[in-house]
Amino acid sequence: MTALRQVGGYILIGLYAIQGGRNTATIAWKELRTYFASPGAYIVAAVFLAVTGVLFVNSISGTFAEASVRGFLEPTALFVVPVLAPILSMRLLAEEQKLGTMELLLTSPVRDYQVVIGKFIASYIILILTISLTFFFVFLLVWKGDPDMGPILSGYLGFVLYTGAALSVGILASSLSSNQIVAAIVGFGIILILILLGQASELVTGLFSTILEEASVLEHFNDFSRGVIDTWHLVYYLTTIATFLFLTVRSLESRRWR
Amino acid sequence: MAAEPVIEVENLTKYYGNFPAISDVSFTVDKGEILGFLGPNGAGKSTTMKILTGYMPPTEGVVRIAGYDVVSQSLEARKRMGYLPETVPLYTDMTVRGYLGFMGSIRGMSRDSIRRRTGDVVDICRLGDYTDTLIGKLSKGFRQRVGIAQAILHEPDILILDEPTIGIDPIQVVETRQLIKDLGTEHTVVISTHILPEVSAICQRVVIIHEGEIVAMDSPENLAERLQASAQVVVDVRGPKEKVTAALQGIDGVQGVTVTPLERGAATYTVTSGRDQDIREEVARQVVQQGWGLLRQESLSMSLEEIFLRLTTEEPSS
Ligand SMILES: Nc1ncnc2c1ncn2[C@@H]1O[C@H](COP(=O)(O)OP(=O)(O)OP(=O)(O)O)[C@@H](O)[C@H]1O
Ligand SMILES: [Mg+2]
Repeated sequence: MTALRQVGGYILIGLYAIQGGRNTATIAWKELRTYFASPGAYIVAAVFLAVTGVLFVNSISGTFAEASVRGFLEPTALFVVPVLAPILSMRLLAEEQKLGTMELLLTSPVRDYQVVIGKFIASYIILILTISLTFFFVFLLVWKGDPDMGPILSGYLGFVLYTGAALSVGILASSLSSNQIVAAIVGFGIILILILLGQASELVTGLFSTILEEASVLEHFNDFSRGVIDTWHLVYYLTTIATFLFLTVRSLESRRWR
Repeated sequence: MAAEPVIEVENLTKYYGNFPAISDVSFTVDKGEILGFLGPNGAGKSTTMKILTGYMPPTEGVVRIAGYDVVSQSLEARKRMGYLPETVPLYTDMTVRGYLGFMGSIRGMSRDSIRRRTGDVVDICRLGDYTDTLIGKLSKGFRQRVGIAQAILHEPDILILDEPTIGIDPIQVVETRQLIKDLGTEHTVVISTHILPEVSAICQRVVIIHEGEIVAMDSPENLAERLQASAQVVVDVRGPKEKVTAALQGIDGVQGVTVTPLERGAATYTVTSGRDQDIREEVARQVVQQGWGLLRQESLSMSLEEIFLRLTTEEPSS
């Protein structure tokens, strides 16, 4: 009898999961379509390609140039991603609030976290597609030089995780305002602070310095780009993404309680 | 008729900061009933609806939709509702069809039923020529129609419509009201409005709300009757205001007197009494007996519109 109940329970949970997945997918799909239908995403991708192109050329034309992606991924992570991620995510929740569609979304039989995750997935896909444009540079490296593929793969893995963390900050910022520009600026600000923690760690010593360094989003990327995949860094990025998505859900909830 | 209530609202109170938008609102709506929520701007209609739909939790009180608490069993309650918020929320970069598809899909409808129902609601709301138009390019009235279409798409048991006929042209208003009336045979409908003819045209019951409190709740007919229950006599009299007021107030059955000064010592007195008492003769007699000048006398029977004004704009009588 209890076994039967348990099985019933699992089936129920399974059904909920399927329905939940369906809701998340519906929302992600709608966002993807919006990205592809709007000129914004293409412009962002084109600008991204141009800027990374300059960084790439710069990275292979120095005296100590090497055939690796590290030379352009690191400056991209530092200078481009803090702008790119908030721009890609600024619309996601801000616009729902501005149009009032948030009211419909949150009164539909959809959970808040499904809305947030769906939107995160869609923007992450767009972000990864944008990043994959730089595979062209990798192709050039392979064609003209003899790069070590290990650091390239690990570098891209780290880069994708790092941009995911930046994106989750962008989504949180987007939930805080109904104005996209405000959302983008707030997102940029938070990402910048998270990066600067690493710089600040050099100003102090001891445990405090370690804590600051570990908290910085960019520090964890450096090992990846050197070719090291450390579980700790993986855990760090996944936790960071989960934390910011969780904060976003809470931010949506707090709006209701006002 | 033993209809069970599908919407139960108990002692609802909502504070925005320190400001009570609604206080102690209670009512029930039976299955198949059309309830009109009537009140002037800022009365608390939209606030109540946002709580009914589970968008906002109340500060105090309970709402049950089909027996489900909108706060603790929100998802079950939401599944049974269609909602048209007052700021018709639409994705301007979607087509009408795309939008309806998305709304159907997040409400868990299957592809087939979305296709079938999209056809239905497009017909019902007369959106036929615009199914593939971007919503951003539609006029206000058509957007309103898309909003209604979205609310009825999944054939919800309960429809909550916040000012559904705003911005629609007169012919469409008549049709929309008829549509709501038709829906009311199988669905339970709550609409808010500040247009009186609208409630008398479609609602079986009216809740009149003012400054966050329910001031009356009845059928439109009863409400009209109840208001006529207090008849008013208007007299223009030349004479000392305090004495005239006192004399009028002294008449048996008079509930209240309001004074509006006219020129040269005259004033208009509006005398309210119970309906069953005819005070007209007594008013005239009093005035003439005291030797004041009776310039005009008239008896008012109020339209629903005036009732509404009276119910919601009258100052608390001291
Ligand atoms: N988000 C909010 N924050 C603070 N006060 C609010 C908020 N929303 C509404 N109010 C106040 O609560 C009161 C009730 O507002 P509500 O929108 O419910 O009125 P309404 O009856 O729908 O009016 P209308 O006919 O203009 O739509 C108003 O005084 C309004 O100023
Ligand atoms: Mg309103």
